[in-house]
Amino acid sequence: MKPQLLQVRDLCVTFPSRLGRPPVHAVMDVSFDMLPGETLGLVGESGSGKTTTGRAILQLQPSSAGTVSLLGHSITALGGGALRAMRRHMQLVQQNPYSSLHPRMTVARILAEPLTVHRSVPRTQIPERVAELMNLVGMDPAEVSRYPHEFSGGQRQRIVIARALAVNPNLVICDEPVSALDVRTQAQIVDLLHSLQAKLGLSYLFIAHDLAVVRAVAHRVAVMYGGRIVELGAAAQIYRNPAHPYTRALLDAVPQPDPARQRAKLAEAAPETNFSVPSSATCAFGTDHAATGTAQWHEVAPDHFVSCHFWPHGSGCQR
Amino acid sequence: MNKAPRTRGQVLVALGLVMLALLIAIVLFGPVIAPYSPSKTSPGSLAGPTAAHWLGTDSIGRDVLSRLIIGGRTTLVITSAAVAIALTVGLILGLICGYVGGWVDLAVMRVLDIIFAFPVFLLAIAVVAALGPTLRNLIITIAIVYTPTLARVVRAPVLSVKRWDHVEAARSIGVGEVAIALRHVLPLVISPVLVQTSLTLANTIFTVTALSFLGLGPPPPDPNWGSMLAEARQFMELAPLTVIGPATAIVFASLTFIVLANGLREVLDVTASR
Repeated sequence: MKPQLLQVRDLCVTFPSRLGRPPVHAVMDVSFDMLPGETLGLVGESGSGKTTTGRAILQLQPSSAGTVSLLGHSITALGGGALRAMRRHMQLVQQNPYSSLHPRMTVARILAEPLTVHRSVPRTQIPERVAELMNLVGMDPAEVSRYPHEFSGGQRQRIVIARALAVNPNLVICDEPVSALDVRTQAQIVDLLHSLQAKLGLSYLFIAHDLAVVRAVAHRVAVMYGGRIVELGAAAQIYRNPAHPYTRALLDAVPQPDPARQRAKLAEAAPETNFSVPSSATCAFGTDHAATGTAQWHEVAPDHFVSCHFWPHGSGCQR
Repeated sequence: MNKAPRTRGQVLVALGLVMLALLIAIVLFGPVIAPYSPSKTSPGSLAGPTAAHWLGTDSIGRDVLSRLIIGGRTTLVITSAAVAIALTVGLILGLICGYVGGWVDLAVMRVLDIIFAFPVFLLAIAVVAALGPTLRNLIITIAIVYTPTLARVVRAPVLSVKRWDHVEAARSIGVGEVAIALRHVLPLVISPVLVQTSLTLANTIFTVTALSFLGLGPPPPDPNWGSMLAEARQFMELAPLTVIGPATAIVFASLTFIVLANGLREVLDVTASR
């Protein structure tokens, strides 16, 4: 058994009520573990709580309950300097490379900042380390004196990745790292993330809505719906044999490029279910979870779990 | 750097900077440029322009041009010192209020609102009258009057910039909050602040001269544009230059900063943040 890298237990994030609107339970009882060198894909539709989960793990968003442990240390209770020191081990790659870089800083300063903050290399060796980082992400070290706006989206995302890797983190939380890029660039960035993982033994928490991209990178997949993880398991297993009706609906929503096969797929797709109100407690079977309680976890197969009241009876009935 | 044709904004900035250079020269080299001592009287009061006295003499025979240059020095030093203080305090308060938010923001902004609620002159007259009309008090008064404007102009963009992605990125890297505020937020809100500072300088010149005109400026022997206007007012028909001189100087100085502000607004593209 390898040591745990990240342990998330019963994480909840609740946004307090504002202007008379009820409080929003963005993340509810999310638990999962991550091993070193593993990629966990976190998928779900907009508003399902993926990004909030990521931010709560990074302690960028206060959680209302639950714990997050990184390398065996609980970080939920940390504050100030102790938390900033732990940030060395977990880094963030944001969605939009056009807004995640300081527009008035050169690339050299952007990449040097994490190094100075964590004093990870002596001041005199910073330029050397910056050049090394540029090479690592496939960029020309001669370009470090330029500003972010002089680069393309893909190049900017490489700089963002280089910044995240500057302090040799164990865990990188990638929040939709490729969805703001064009398809060709997406493939390049995914390849880069792959090779970096092989080279540096990184773990990625890969948050995305694009199931094809997640399939290309993730070892395991967690499906979020309405703030909860409804299904968790090995990627191959989930893609081949989805157990939760929501996962099935997500997979059915992936279009087939061949029109004949797309028509055939639609003919046998799961019946229309109402997933339009993800914040409500109503599940795919029309059951109000607020009344019946959170569904039990069932082990469908080794290391493949689903949270559903109707499993196993409901799992087969829709096709 | 591109070599595109100069825009209207660039022309305005260039013009403003030339005018500003003239004002700075007056402040720095005033005593050297001035042909006479500002308090030296010569025979023949209220004389028209001559070769010896280009702008004539005032009611007790002092050279108007020399008094204009030395008086401009006083006026401009008061103005820039007051705005420098208002800008410093405004930057600090605006950054803290916008970045920290919560009850700190609420408390500080309400105090500034109270100051803001008074008409500029009423407040300035009240403060100067309470503290006494000295050079130092005039500077403090004007700084107090203009701090709320500058604090607001800093606070508003801070509120939006602090939510930008690169700020969250800095936080996730482990950069301290003070460093984030100074390094990742402040540089991106500076454009509107520059424009507002320039406008405030223009307004302050009017305020300084108006207060001096009313006798609340620096005490009499030293000339300044406001007190010169006040002294010359009664002899306006006899020696129009004694009024036209300081009046033109006041307009020129405030126009400098208005031109500069308009130019900066276009060059820095204040409305578009990125």
